[in-house]
Amino acid sequence: MEIPHTVEPREDTGLYNAKVGVWLFLASEVMLFGALFSSYILLRVGADPGTWPRHWLDYKLGAVNTIVLIISSVTNVIAWANLKMGSFRKYRNYQALTILCALVFLGIKSGEYYGKFHHYTIRLTDGRIADGHLQKNETTKDKVVIEGWWREGEAAVMDPPANVEEKKIEIERGKIADMRNYGPSRNNFAGLYFTMTGLHVLHVIGGILVIFAIWGPLNGMWKSDPRRYTNRVEVAGLFWSFVDLVWLFIFPTFYLL
Amino acid sequence: METQQHDSSRAPEGHHDPGFWTRHIFSTDHKVIGMQYAVTALFFLLFGFFLMLMMRWQLAYPGHPIPLVGKALSRILGADMATKEGVMSPDLYNSFGAMHGTIMVFLAVVPLLAGAFGNFVMPLQIGAPDMAFPRLNMMSYQVYFLGGVTMFASFFIPGGAAKSGWTSYSPLASVNDMVHHPNGQTFWLIGMIFLITSSLLGSINTISTIIQLRAKGLTWMRLPFFVWAQFVTGFLLLLAFPPLEAAGCLQLMDNVFGTSFFLPTGLVVSGQPLHVAGGGSPLLWQHLFWFLAHPEVYVLILPAMGMVAEVIANNTRKPLWGYKSLVYGSLSLGFMSFIVWAHHMYLTGMGIRIATFFQTTTMMISIPSVVILTALLMSLWGGSIRLNTPMLFAVGFLPMFGIGGLSGLPLGFNASDIQLHDSYYVIGHFHYVVAPGTIFAIFAGLYYWYPKATGRMMNEYWGKVHFGLSMLFINLVFMPMFIQGLAGMSRRLYDGGATYAQAAGVTGLSPFILGLNKVISLAALALALAQIPFIINFFWSIKHGRKVTSDNPWDATTLEWQTPTPPPHGNFDKPMEVFRGPYEYSVPGKSRDFTPQNEPEQPEPAAHGNSAHS
Repeated sequence: MEIPHTVEPREDTGLYNAKVGVWLFLASEVMLFGALFSSYILLRVGADPGTWPRHWLDYKLGAVNTIVLIISSVTNVIAWANLKMGSFRKYRNYQALTILCALVFLGIKSGEYYGKFHHYTIRLTDGRIADGHLQKNETTKDKVVIEGWWREGEAAVMDPPANVEEKKIEIERGKIADMRNYGPSRNNFAGLYFTMTGLHVLHVIGGILVIFAIWGPLNGMWKSDPRRYTNRVEVAGLFWSFVDLVWLFIFPTFYLL
Repeated sequence: METQQHDSSRAPEGHHDPGFWTRHIFSTDHKVIGMQYAVTALFFLLFGFFLMLMMRWQLAYPGHPIPLVGKALSRILGADMATKEGVMSPDLYNSFGAMHGTIMVFLAVVPLLAGAFGNFVMPLQIGAPDMAFPRLNMMSYQVYFLGGVTMFASFFIPGGAAKSGWTSYSPLASVNDMVHHPNGQTFWLIGMIFLITSSLLGSINTISTIIQLRAKGLTWMRLPFFVWAQFVTGFLLLLAFPPLEAAGCLQLMDNVFGTSFFLPTGLVVSGQPLHVAGGGSPLLWQHLFWFLAHPEVYVLILPAMGMVAEVIANNTRKPLWGYKSLVYGSLSLGFMSFIVWAHHMYLTGMGIRIATFFQTTTMMISIPSVVILTALLMSLWGGSIRLNTPMLFAVGFLPMFGIGGLSGLPLGFNASDIQLHDSYYVIGHFHYVVAPGTIFAIFAGLYYWYPKATGRMMNEYWGKVHFGLSMLFINLVFMPMFIQGLAGMSRRLYDGGATYAQAAGVTGLSPFILGLNKVISLAALALALAQIPFIINFFWSIKHGRKVTSDNPWDATTLEWQTPTPPPHGNFDKPMEVFRGPYEYSVPGKSRDFTPQNEPEQPEPAAHGNSAHS
């Protein structure tokens, strides 16, 4: 006996197997990210005054990424709709756009990550605080060079004023009391930012690998079993929309609030 | 038509014979995967038990070398884990404790219930040719296996396995071993992520299969209760595990990348302030952990109830009493299990109001549990009971689960929990649910479905010996723990409370209470010996057990008995059609005392020759 309903929907549910499976999977994903957002709420509500940073992330980059992901979801749906109507060529083109958008998203995201890991807050022995991006080429054994600002106290680090002009700052190593970058161990905001966006990025990579595999190496199925192929595209698309949706929550939570 | 035995030696059409590797190791057949789960999980069950035996020795005879294995421990794990003479170190004790819990829950019992029985029996019971996603099913087992290997390997890395209990409470879990990187806790977290992924894949498969692949005519209210139990269990695993995966990721970040999600500000370790950003919340870990771990308790018990229900219905030769109550009971049990988790946290300082809420829901959840147990108990009433080995274990389950469940009520009340929490009373309580409860149900299931899987019966005599001795000794192990716990003995004592008894000015534990340690440990050893008949019986019967003469040796009604024995790839010769509910036993006016679900309503001519069964 063959497994029924791999392609044909079951009469009473109106669904084929994989569609049930992917919706169940998405339910569990909701719980996964739900737990992380709950952790965010708990940690933020419990944070001591002045310990939760603001304006650390560039909302413009975040907004561009949001738009890019939304476009990718739209092209993904159009691609599937075209496939449903039998136009394999249009599907290929639109899905290529989806993949392209995902790559743009990942590019911007890695740029942001790179920036955070090279962004340092330096506390000097005399109590002054410098904050800026490390200039690797000019930094030597004796001095650290950053492109940034002098900060007026801790509060200005946690909520930096906008539109301050950057300048080059050279600091002798001997005068540095403490030097920390904006990586995950900086504080719980940074930690959550890296954990949650990192997990999201893993989902983006996973999603795009699947979409690409169906689009390229596995597309022989379009000839042998077009309905099943279309179903695969739909199921991968459902996951992709979910990945997009998660970002729509991550963006305001970290970039705007 | 059931009397004739299908010839299973004939190869099903269109299937060429696959090689050894495809057939046994990389199989996508749900029955093979079920058996892989069963064998692996039974191994871990034994291994977890063995860890506990060594701990029990230390509790009964603190400071004495462990007989037989002590020296080997020292040689394999190093002198900082066990002395040359073979005395267990406190670190090793902690390791074994943490890993006993982890292995028993995540590597033994859940895989047996959901992985082994869920995989083998459930698709057969709904008349499906396989699970909905066979390759996902294979992957689920492989990821589980990887998780097991990770956990097992962690014993042998520098610093040893995780030491912070199966609950891995932060900040202890993060600061316990700050010398070794990666340490046992890191392995534990990675192992857990594997296990969670595995159970996620498994639960998606289980639920999809039950929704999509039920045979024609098999409506929801005609499902065997075991399928219902698997269905609810699937949802618990699907929705409760991801928060632990999130928590695991966060703790992994804490341990490896220096974040402080669970590390509060101002934490001091060994007299030194800890260099982390701080601002974390230890309570957050506990919430995330118990949000999984309480539904997990019902994952441990629901499929067990399902198996007991199958065995009881079959061996009382009458329908289950209150089938619908069982179904609605387990559905509400599943739903309620998501809103009781913080009753594990009454004494964490989370606040009286929250505790009151969770006390209320905890009392409410005992109602569906009692409904289910009562229905199973009432099912015995007026039955013509066959006391074979599966039935003995199933009937044994009822009072054992009863003791386990009822002893939980004092723990669910805020006030009495202050006295009882973290004592041996707690250990006694949840072991009564899981050990003589769930594991007895697993034994019932193993003896019951063994002939379907192998075509041979397990030996009845040794099965009964196994049951009798297990029943006796398992009670001798866990009953004294209630007494110790009521006397105030803490569950976290490396020396079994000996230093308490000697400390001046402290109300120590009486010699009687301490003496119980020896009783328990010897009983545990006897319990281990009592498993030998089972182990031999299990393997011996594969080749030498009495051959079944029919595909349906227990005269059962459900679909898994309507297949060839053992079922071939694809399970059924022809698509099944179901005409009635699952437990049509002793229907008045019928020639036999059971009417299979797939028997057409129009009886065949009497001359067909069913006499062999009546």
